[in-house]
Amino acid sequence: MPATARPLSPHLDIYRWQIQMVTSILHRATGVALAFGTILLVIALLALATGPQAYAEVRAFCGSWIGTILLMGWTWALAYHLLNGIRHLLQDIGWGYLPKQFVRNGWLVSIGSLLLAGLVWTWVIAQRGGA
Amino acid sequence: MSKSQGKLLRTPLKNAVGLGSAKHGVHHFLVQRTTAVALALLGIWFIWLALKMVNLDYTGAHALIAQPCNALLMLAFVVAVFWHAQLGLQVVVEDYVTARGLALVMQIAIKFLCFLGAAASVLAVIRITLGH
Repeated sequence: MPATARPLSPHLDIYRWQIQMVTSILHRATGVALAFGTILLVIALLALATGPQAYAEVRAFCGSWIGTILLMGWTWALAYHLLNGIRHLLQDIGWGYLPKQFVRNGWLVSIGSLLLAGLVWTWVIAQRGGA
Repeated sequence: MSKSQGKLLRTPLKNAVGLGSAKHGVHHFLVQRTTAVALALLGIWFIWLALKMVNLDYTGAHALIAQPCNALLMLAFVVAVFWHAQLGLQVVVEDYVTARGLALVMQIAIKFLCFLGAAASVLAVIRITLGH
């Protein structure tokens, strides 16, 4: 702690919630969530390298209700982090920085991520049901 | 010249030598973006692969990953994923963990775990594509 108490810049709870901050917060949150998701990726690859029984256990977990909920969450997190990540890369080269554009492309990636995740799971559920 | 420099009898040049030139400060930023570009491309392939694997049992999934093209892209994907994850988690810890000792432990743990994750994945993919 510093010896003298200095004034701090206003923190999150001061501001009205708006799309600009939400997209930023969600990018971090989904990034951290996806980092934990890599555990399942590593386990699945190791199981595939180990043998049929190990892989069957991974598949059983993915098919369970808790596995399904986790996978649905990670699907949306990946969709969001991917789309908003592309938005960030475009911002890095100077695109879409005007407030009006910034708000619009913020909504675009938010709704886009839900559509992408919804599309993926519509396909997955159709596949599972049809199997 | 500041007071402390006067006491140490050092010239400003002496204080700057060895600290490196500019151009290194953006290294983290650049690697994070480079891996992001790789992952934006590989991510689309990964979603396709994951969807394909939904209905595949062990034999089918093993054969799919064992294909040279998929094995190669999976190697690139896991390396990029864990590199990008380490850089991202590093910033999160830098921003929110104020206790210095804890932050240091977390940064080292994140680096170790990301390396282990990447190495385990690479070994698994090699075994899938070259083994059996």
